[in-house]
Amino acid sequence: MAKTIAQEFTKGLWKEIPPFRLVLGLCPVLGVTTTMENGIGMGLATTFVLICSNILISALRKIIPPKVRIACFIIIIATFVIVVELVMQAYAYPLFLTLGLFIPLIVVNCIVLGRAEAFASRNGIVRSIADGLGMGIGFTLSLAALGGIREVLGTGSFYLYGHGGLVFGPSFEPFTFVIQAPGAFVCLGLMLCIMNLFE
Amino acid sequence: MSEMGYFQIIISCIFVNNILLAKFLGNCPFLGTSRKMETAVGMAMAVVFVLVLAGAITWIIYHYFLVPFDLVYLRTIAFILVIAALVQFVELFLKKSIPVLYAGLGIFLPLITTNCAVLGACVINIDEELSFMKSLFASFGFAVGFGLALILFAGVRERITLARVPKPLQDTSIGLVTAGLIALAFFSFNGMV
Repeated sequence: MAKTIAQEFTKGLWKEIPPFRLVLGLCPVLGVTTTMENGIGMGLATTFVLICSNILISALRKIIPPKVRIACFIIIIATFVIVVELVMQAYAYPLFLTLGLFIPLIVVNCIVLGRAEAFASRNGIVRSIADGLGMGIGFTLSLAALGGIREVLGTGSFYLYGHGGLVFGPSFEPFTFVIQAPGAFVCLGLMLCIMNLFE
Repeated sequence: MSEMGYFQIIISCIFVNNILLAKFLGNCPFLGTSRKMETAVGMAMAVVFVLVLAGAITWIIYHYFLVPFDLVYLRTIAFILVIAALVQFVELFLKKSIPVLYAGLGIFLPLITTNCAVLGACVINIDEELSFMKSLFASFGFAVGFGLALILFAGVRERITLARVPKPLQDTSIGLVTAGLIALAFFSFNGMV
């Protein structure tokens, strides 16, 4: 029954990989993944919040009264989100502008609150770090994959931190549907379908 | 958005900038509560109720507390606390005074705290620098747009349960593809306002 710390970490990478297995936190998944770079930026911001809030909530789990626990969790999470917001504004301003609305919305990202409620409030600090790290990396990987697929199909080119270029050559007609709003839903649905095939 | 008339704001928020399908906010309840029509209607009503109130209160908090005291960077934490408190308050109020409505909305009210459509709409109202009345109209428009998309989606999803869907595509997967097609339909409103 008791899982090792390594298992807590790896479950976030495939068995319970956040946006696919646990259908939580879909808004940033759909909203910011027009390029791989945005996906990675959003994923890392969420990972930071996830790990920090997991640590603090796990450390305070015996002090927080159960009746007001959700409110306490939200305040802790919101604090770290403001930290991310201010740091990003100072050091990664272009990314801050592209992610825009979705940074304050990490507060209400169901994954962060979900992990706080389902895991960090019941487990020790080390296990909570492992859980947060695994879930965060899984989330980042999913965002990067979805962003990469949409970028390549939707624009015909691929850029990652200044490197890259055309993927299919200049005669390729970009499949613009994929990069627009409806394409995000369809892409995510088809990716989930492919993952189900490998069950 | 700030130079639009009231009617244009409502139309734009319901159709063109639909909060679920164009802005991608509030997708967890969109997929979570759309399996049955009843739950979808309950969620839609609860969102309309809370979002309009939250839009008004966060606007007042932002312009009369955060801006004068130079605390704008605390916006996120202030708004989420206001929304959480508001949801609790509404829940208590409804339980005492309108039990019928409470029985209908019941379980959906607490879920709204973590519905990013509510926080998102409040932040959009502030970012677009809308006046108080306009942000009320915009909140209402966003909430109705949320309800409309959710109820349409629930209708389609109820039909899908009767269809024979390939095994890997079942449930959430086909749900997402369906949502994509509904989003495509809403996409055709682009350029209307």
